[in-house]
Amino acid sequence: MGGKFKGRDIISIRDLSKADLLAILDAAKKLDQKPKRDLMVSKVLATLFFEPSTRTRLSFMSAMERMGGKVLGFENTEVTSVKKGETLWDTIKMVAQYADVIVQRHPTEGAARLAAEASSVPVINAGDGANQHPTQTLLDLYTIRKEKAKLDNLNIAFVGDLKYGRTVHSLCIALSHFRTKLYFIAPEALQMPKSYLGDLDNKKIPYIVEQDLMKVAPDLDVIYMTRIQKERFPDPVEYNKLKGVYRIDKSLLGHTKKDVRIMHPLPRVDEINTDLDDFPQAAYFRQAGNGIPVRQAVIALVSGMM
Amino acid sequence: MAKYQAKREIKIPAIKDGTVIDHIPSRITFKIMRLIDPQEYNHTINLALNLNSKKMGKKGIIKLSSRKLTQDEVNKISILAPNATVSIIRDYAVKKKIEVKIPRLIEKIVRCSNPNCITNAEDVRTRFSLVSKEPFSIRCNYCERAMSRDDIKLN
Repeated sequence: MGGKFKGRDIISIRDLSKADLLAILDAAKKLDQKPKRDLMVSKVLATLFFEPSTRTRLSFMSAMERMGGKVLGFENTEVTSVKKGETLWDTIKMVAQYADVIVQRHPTEGAARLAAEASSVPVINAGDGANQHPTQTLLDLYTIRKEKAKLDNLNIAFVGDLKYGRTVHSLCIALSHFRTKLYFIAPEALQMPKSYLGDLDNKKIPYIVEQDLMKVAPDLDVIYMTRIQKERFPDPVEYNKLKGVYRIDKSLLGHTKKDVRIMHPLPRVDEINTDLDDFPQAAYFRQAGNGIPVRQAVIALVSGMM
Repeated sequence: MAKYQAKREIKIPAIKDGTVIDHIPSRITFKIMRLIDPQEYNHTINLALNLNSKKMGKKGIIKLSSRKLTQDEVNKISILAPNATVSIIRDYAVKKKIEVKIPRLIEKIVRCSNPNCITNAEDVRTRFSLVSKEPFSIRCNYCERAMSRDDIKLN
């Protein structure tokens, strides 16, 4: 398994074939079921966070440390040579001398690809602007498979901000490898970009574009909620018009299949009422937890330890 | 037909030696002219647009005396005008036609339209992959943004 991934960068979900996706999910399942506390004892992970993202950073750190590895890095460029004007290229060249794997978060799109070109050790993209966050997609996929015991023949709805939602775009690309039916539930102004729908057309993946969640709720196996992201809106008036358009609570469960699963990349604001949290259908906290075995698998695979 | 040809000859004189770029969509003829960089060029250039064309309705044409195009220039033309024809002229006759073909990988010549792309922040050689010829779409290998022909800015 490792031979295929050893030395490989994980930059974009587009780079991963169906076989790659399944291999990573299988590796994550192994680590989930039988944790390996000393798998990475001799290895160092560098976490380079050029912008803050506490959740993702802690998740990568936890993943590495639970395998016995060491972590170094920064979470703020104020204390680095970036502040002195060092280029990303040079920063990566330097850090590649100190670590076996680099995890990078950067506000600029395409920064992960550039880092991978500069680096002599594998680079894992932990988010580059509005572009890619492949380990988030992998943990989403892992969660769907774990909760539903399959990835084919599922009806999966994306709800909320589908226009700017990076997680939605990437998961949509990943799911297009499987026989799923996708539902895009959003106000017209926040609907899925046409280019993604075109990709689905090319791959003959059936989908439905809808505004009313309740219309399709009985058909769904998975509901992937997203936050309407204030920071993405150029116009606050537009944001205020759309922010509360989808709010779900436990009453939703009266309209869905019993075993529906509700997911969310988190953080949530008010789109999922806390009264849903204790129901088995609420998978979002389990989803966040799945980030550990998935990130462990990715780190172990690219460093050739698995 | 002969009468039409004769009229066209008057509008755009034939060149003895050089290059003719024909079948350019009229509206981008000046864009093509700019990428050839005439500032470094001292020989005659004949340019015409909105010429009648059976194939295209209206077209542009550029005739460059005593000038060869580099492969890089032909590549740039192929991105802006994939149906253009480039002919090498020797002694008033077409000596060779160069095939204008959009490369699968477009390196250096296009700038990414995404202001938040790393290629606009650091000194990076741009790379785009051809997604589809019709409708024309290329994708930045760095930020993954898809661009249509209208979005294209050349380096």
